[in-house]
Amino acid sequence: MIELKNISKLYKTKNGEITAVQDVNLTIQPGEIFGIIGYSGAGKSSLIRLLNGLEKPTTGTVVVNGQEISSISGNKLRNARQKISMIFQHFNLLWSRTVEDNIAFPLEIAGVSKEERSKRVKELIDLVGLTGREKSYPSQLSGGQKQRVGIARALANKPEVLLCDEATSALDPETTDQILDLLLDINKRLGLTIVLITHEMHVIRKICNRVAVMEAGHVVEQGEVLNVFQNPQAQITKNFVMQVSGSKESKDSIKQMLVNYPTGKIVKLSFIGTTSGQPVIAQLIKEFNVDVNIVHGNISQTANGPYGTLIVQVDGERKNVEKALKHLDTLEIQTEVIDHA
Amino acid sequence: MLNQLFPNVNWEKMWEATYETLYMTTISTIATFVLGLAIGILLFLTSPNQLWANKVANFITGAFVNVFRSIPFIILIILLIPFTKLLLGTIRGTNAALPALIIGAAPFYARMVLIALREIDKGVIEAAKSMGAKTSTIIWKVLIPESFPALLSGITVTAVALVGYTAMAGTIGAGGLGNLAFIDGFQRSRDDVTLMATIIILVIVFIFQFIGDFITSKTDKR
Repeated sequence: MIELKNISKLYKTKNGEITAVQDVNLTIQPGEIFGIIGYSGAGKSSLIRLLNGLEKPTTGTVVVNGQEISSISGNKLRNARQKISMIFQHFNLLWSRTVEDNIAFPLEIAGVSKEERSKRVKELIDLVGLTGREKSYPSQLSGGQKQRVGIARALANKPEVLLCDEATSALDPETTDQILDLLLDINKRLGLTIVLITHEMHVIRKICNRVAVMEAGHVVEQGEVLNVFQNPQAQITKNFVMQVSGSKESKDSIKQMLVNYPTGKIVKLSFIGTTSGQPVIAQLIKEFNVDVNIVHGNISQTANGPYGTLIVQVDGERKNVEKALKHLDTLEIQTEVIDHA
Repeated sequence: MLNQLFPNVNWEKMWEATYETLYMTTISTIATFVLGLAIGILLFLTSPNQLWANKVANFITGAFVNVFRSIPFIILIILLIPFTKLLLGTIRGTNAALPALIIGAAPFYARMVLIALREIDKGVIEAAKSMGAKTSTIIWKVLIPESFPALLSGITVTAVALVGYTAMAGTIGAGGLGNLAFIDGFQRSRDDVTLMATIIILVIVFIFQFIGDFITSKTDKR
């Protein structure tokens, strides 16, 4: 669906060249929700703008929908853009137009007849849940409603790809979740490919199938969201995972645990998918005669199933502890001994 | 009562002069709006990082605007005499004042258009581009509607300035209230004529300002 090959993007400024994106290779499958996460300045805004030709790569090729976006221009590019929609952090609605006229704008650009426009606008208003606000102006809407208009507008020409440029970053957590649910719903109902950039791991966790992590213009890590969560490789990825798993605070609790219980082992268990249903802790206590203290626990729902971490202290006779740890290794869960007591 | 306060005012002449002032101001305001808008949009689009970013075109347009904006109006009228003669065959009458009025006011308005267009959120233009909009679509459906209140209040200010310009043009034979105040009022020392002409000019300015403010607030949906 989308293929980026050896993409680099340089900007020339008065203070020399700035590399925004460097040697990026990505393949995005049809119908998936692909997330790109990174801190500001990591190059993700430039990257997403390469996908609809708002920016041109310095080197490399961008293919979307079978068209080489990086090399076409003029009418060809404009027609391609009608099938690659975009929504924005600050919504970018026309304040001089009502909700329905904002949604009709891309249809006007595509040359759709007036009757068909009003029919399509009606459908879209229902789809995004804005019935009754058709005649409102953007200034009369809340942030969440504005983004709904943005989404309806983006869907007007039945695009194949939807690009989300920090689409929830200006919204409060509650509204963020509502907008993410809407995106997920659209993805399932219309089979639309969604590419989103964000700095919030929460967004990735909630709706993405796959994720790429960007740092200083490079993609440092990419893969299935669950795998990345369970086994983050790069330091920056670990930091992002900490955002949602809350393990930052748990570091302090582990320290406290080591002080309070200077014996045994601290073990981090990571569960994904179905294994999170197993009575692992009960088994340990019953079969190996060890004590298990829970230091920290967390479970998060991702688009591909639940993901949980549990940090426990396993204590008891040394032989029993070792046996218990060996047993954990045989299970379909990831275990990691964090620190020796 | 009015005739006692203004004994020397010839009302027929006064109304004719008022009509001439209104005629010159209206025509030149409309023409200034169109020409200034076109130059302002050109200035905006050719500036760096815009759709037609072009240093040379931007410099030439900018220089044109600055030159004509800087020439004092009274001098501009004199400088344009050959041009007006060529265009209209005469340098007297209300129509002969129009080229100078328009050329004097359009660059002034173009600057205000540029300021109005710069106020438009860049993201909105980017959004239109991302939908596959042509530049002409962006001009007609984004730039002009999104800056319309500012464009209107700009043309209101310009129209008021143009009323002043017509008075100045009047002194060199364009007719209108300025002409009347100068010839009948000042040169014949009839202060009441000058005063009446002033009052009517003030009324015209207030009406223009009121209409401009009214439409501006009606169209502003921000």
